[in-house]
Formats: sequence, structure tokens, C-alpha cells
Amino acid sequence: MARIDLVDLAQSYNGNDAPLESFALKPVTMTWRQGGAYALLGPSGCGKTTLLNLISGIVTPSRGQILFDGKDITPLSTQKRNIAQVFQFPVIYDTMTVGENLAFPLKNRGVARAEVEARVKQIADLLDLTPYLNRKATRLTADAKQKISLGRGLVRSDVAAVLFDEPLTVIDPELKWQLRSKLKALHRELDLTMIYVTHDQTEALTFADTVVVMHDGRVVQSGTPAELFDKPEHTFVGYFIGSPGMNIVPAEVSGHEARIDGHVIGLHRNYGVLPAGKKIEIGVRPEFVDVAAPASGLLSAKIERIDDLGRIQFARVRIGNTKLAARVPPGFSVSGDTAGLIFNPAYVHVYADSHLVEGVA
Amino acid sequence: MDKTINQKAWFLVLPVFLVVAFSAVLPLMTVVNYSMQDTFGNNQFFWNGVGWFKELLDPSTDLGGRFLASLGRNLFFSAVILAIEVPLGIVVALSMPREGWTVAACLVILALPLLIPWNVVGTIWQIFGRPDIGLLGYVLNHLGFNYNYVSNEVDAWVTVIVMDVWHWTSLVALLCYAGLKSIPDAYYQAAQIDGASRWAVFKAIQLPKMNRVLLIAVLLRFMDSFMIYTEPFVVTGGGPGNSTTFVSIELVKIALGQFDLGKAAALSLVYNLIILIVCWVFYTVMTNAGSERPVKEGAA
Repeated sequence: MARIDLVDLAQSYNGNDAPLESFALKPVTMTWRQGGAYALLGPSGCGKTTLLNLISGIVTPSRGQILFDGKDITPLSTQKRNIAQVFQFPVIYDTMTVGENLAFPLKNRGVARAEVEARVKQIADLLDLTPYLNRKATRLTADAKQKISLGRGLVRSDVAAVLFDEPLTVIDPELKWQLRSKLKALHRELDLTMIYVTHDQTEALTFADTVVVMHDGRVVQSGTPAELFDKPEHTFVGYFIGSPGMNIVPAEVSGHEARIDGHVIGLHRNYGVLPAGKKIEIGVRPEFVDVAAPASGLLSAKIERIDDLGRIQFARVRIGNTKLAARVPPGFSVSGDTAGLIFNPAYVHVYADSHLVEGVA
Repeated sequence: MDKTINQKAWFLVLPVFLVVAFSAVLPLMTVVNYSMQDTFGNNQFFWNGVGWFKELLDPSTDLGGRFLASLGRNLFFSAVILAIEVPLGIVVALSMPREGWTVAACLVILALPLLIPWNVVGTIWQIFGRPDIGLLGYVLNHLGFNYNYVSNEVDAWVTVIVMDVWHWTSLVALLCYAGLKSIPDAYYQAAQIDGASRWAVFKAIQLPKMNRVLLIAVLLRFMDSFMIYTEPFVVTGGGPGNSTTFVSIELVKIALGQFDLGKAAALSLVYNLIILIVCWVFYTVMTNAGSERPVKEGAA
């Protein structure tokens, strides 16, 4: 159990002299607190697995340090790091029974027999593996195997953190929910730091108290699910999280006003004069844009189609060449192919070169 | 649905039937025919029933004694080369690089002995081991070892075994290497995370994953060594005395040396039967090892 600090950590697979832009992980400094449930979220190839492998020691960083409770463990091998990791595909030791599989990490570290048994029993109980303890692990289904892999990750009580690398990829959707809530329960029960890598936002948002969003080798935002939803610090977070993602619209911004297509939208904060030469956009989630009957005071848009998600309807609209999604308020029925858009100014954010600009209240 | 009945389809099977008949069935039947008879040449045959088979299995007769002695030597030879080549092949495979240009270099070097024809291998070692002009024999004798495979039984055996190890360990190594390459990296990473020692990694991951290729390797090496003829024939000619006379060498002596076609036919049938039985046992073991089906959860 430990607090994990990453200090200016970076990784390049092409050598340290490669240009920074080509790094798989650009320098990152952050802290993971003891006992937290974290999710590393991002699309494939964004560097999240690299970051995980750096923490576990499978990959040695090109630059920077990793500290466990303030102690530099960067040069230590995986075996000496006291970390557990669960991989995307189940890893099972074929010749062993389920029980022996679970006991393997403890036996390798010379833990006393009685303690091994107690711990294996506890973990098997938590994962509903008790009936299979004496069975050969090879004969089980993929999800049972992955449960064993999870169990091997959780069986050591002294680990600094348990890392999960998209562990539910091979699991059937119905079981995914079960296992995910099981993991959440295990987290509360065992008081372990857990870091969960995924490209699935639902998985990340349901599992973690802190979600770290990565994009192109950078950590673009880390925060609670609510923070990521309400106030994305980067346009990438805006459209990666949420379904449909955030509307990002080029605009001219000055003071309390944003101007799209000559139409003025009120803003909640004062942005003064933004630096010239930067790409200025406003971002607003579809949930905070309502369609209404066309009126002279409203930004008018062309309706392309309506997506009915059951509980809520989104209109896909177009202003010039810019596509937006907007909520269809309950009870409103769309007629014709043009509509007016009503923005909720409290949730309209301003971005300069994709980064959030904080206005003055 | 009714099947279409078309007798002409038999003609499509006919070519295969003919080829198999001429290449396998007829020769085999000829051997079966010979094994029941005796001949003194001149194409005159006399009926002998199962006489040769009885003699073959009775160590007190000349034929039985020679057969059983050569069978014993052959089994011992197979056991020794398997005991050396399998572990050695595994060690070689484990110590081979996993990536980079060195992989190709290693593979080529390993494949070289496999590409050399049997009788050339025999000739190489026959010369290599000669005390007068062979590098190995000359050096050993100058170092004070009295090495001579022509006159000393132990030296002859050592030469034949070392030659086989040199010739065939590569095969085991290549098969094992293929098995090792098929293990996903995640297994090694998981083992690192689980704190496994090098030996534990070998025992828990590498050996079980090589299981099937090892069975194939053992099968191939057993069959080949059990049927070995050319190399020992070229190097030692079965000697000194009969010390390196394996079953196939004995068979050729009886069939072509003494022209005892009946005895030789009976011997070759029994020889063939042993090989078939061993094949069948291996095949059963291998298919059973692969037929483990996943058990549905909750089926306990």
C-alpha cells in the first residue's frame, strides 16, 4: 500500500533522443493516492498501457521517476516492485489447479502456508471461485479464467497497487456488469489502490472515483466523472466522454459573448479579449442545447435527423458546415427541417487551441 | 433429400485405389506370402506356416536370438538418444534469441545438420572419428584416450550416439522453439508480476506450452531412431562384432546377405507391427491430451 508519484515520467520506444512528439508517453507528473480507484481512459494507442507497464516495471522509462511512498523504485525490477497486474487476456498456469493458480504469487514470495491458504480462501470466496478450487484451471471458460487472473492480482495483501489492463475485454456483456461491480466491492473491502485501464467510458466512469483521460501520449484531464462531464479541460475530453460527445463549434469570443455565424450567444463568464492567432472554439454538451421552434432571437439550424435513445431524443443539426447534437425537450415535436437552438450559458465553455479558457465570473 | 446415385463415381476413386494397391498393399502381401515360406533360391518355395514367427520370438534359436538382441540394442539406443536429445533440444531452444537478426542466423545453423543426407552424415563421422586421419580420432588419441570405434564396442556406441545427437537435436530444438514462440508475452509478464523464478517460469509456463510439440518431437525421434540404418551401417557396419547391429541392419543381413527371404519377411512384419503399435499409442496420447474441453461454470 502506497502513494504513487510519477515525476516527469516519459517513455519513447525509439530511444531517448527521439523528438518529444514521437514519445508514446509524453512527460507526466501526477500522484495516485493510497486506496484510490483510478481509471485510465483513452482510445487505443494513447499511451495508457505504456503508463501502466511503466508503473509495474514491465517497461523501463526513458525519463523520469516513479516513487512509491516517496521512495524511488524506477530501477527496480517488476518482481521487486510489489505490484499486481491483470492483463487483457486471461493468463492461466495450465498445469495447476485454480487454488494453486491463486496461491502462485504468494508461494513465489515465500509466504507461510497457513496464510496462503487463508488468503486464497478469502479471494476465492469474493470471486465465487470456491467450488472450483481443486479443478484444473485449463478446463474452465474464458470468464472463469479471467476471474482467476483477477484473483492472482488481488491475492497479495501488501501490494502497492493493483493494475488492470482492460481486464474485461474477453468477458460477455452481462457478466461484465457483474464483475465490474464485484471489482468495485473488492476495492472497498480490500483497501487497495486500483488503476484500471480501459477505452470504454462506461467502464471507467462506473469503476473509478478519479478518471484520468489520456490522448496522444498526454494526460489531458484527471478528475471525478462529474468534473469530466461538466467541465472538460480539453476538447478531446469533451467529445470522448459522453454520448453523443460535446459539440465543439468555431466561434469568436469576446467578453460575455460568443459569436457563431454572426449570431450572438451569451456566456456565463467574462473572457475579455482572447489572444489572437489561436483557434477559438466553444464547447457545449448536447444535453445543454435545446431545439425549439425557429424564432428570430435564436441561432437557426438545419435538422438532419433525430436519434431516439428511448429516454431522451437528440436532434442532429447543422449550422453551415458545423454539425451539432442538441436535446429535443420532452413534449416538443419537431416540424419542418429547421429549428432554433437554445444554449444554456452556464455550460458553454470556451477553448483556445483545444484547451479550456477559464473566464472571470 | 435423396442421394444422387451415380456408379460412374467409382472411376474417380480408381486411380487412388490402383496407386495404393501397387505401392502398399501388393508389396505388403508379397512380404506376408514370403513370411510363410522358405526358399533355397531358384524360385522354389516351401510352405512353412507360422514357423518363422515362432522362431523369431524364441531366443534359443539363431533367428530369435539375433532378432531379440538387435531389438534390445535398438530400444536401448532409442532410449539413450531421446534422453539426450530432448533435454538438450529444450535447452537449446530456451537459449535461442527471441527476436532480431540473430534468430535467422540461429535457425539456419540449426537446420544445417538436418539437410545433410544420412549416408553423408555417416561418412562424415566415419572419417571424423578415424584415429589416423580423422580430426576427432586423431586428437582424442593424442590426448591419451585410446579411442577406436572399429575395435572398441563402447567407442562404437559413443560414436553412433554422438553422431545421432549431432544430426537430430536440431529437430527437437526447432520444434521446441516454435512452441516457445507461440507463448504470448502476457504470460511472461504475468509471471514477472507473480514473482516467479526462472525455474518456476519454465515449469509453470514454458514446459506445459511445449507439451504438444514435445510429444511430436519424441514420436519423430523415436520412430527415426528405431528404424535407423544408414548412419551406423556406414560408420561401424554393425560392429565391432554385432555390438551396433540394430534391427534394420540385422534385417538387411538376413534378407540380402543370407537370402533368407522367409525369415526376413517374418522379421520385417513384426518390426512393422511394433512401429504401428508405438504410433498408435502416441497418437492416442496426443489426441487425448488435446481434447480437454472447457467445462461450463456451474456444471460442478
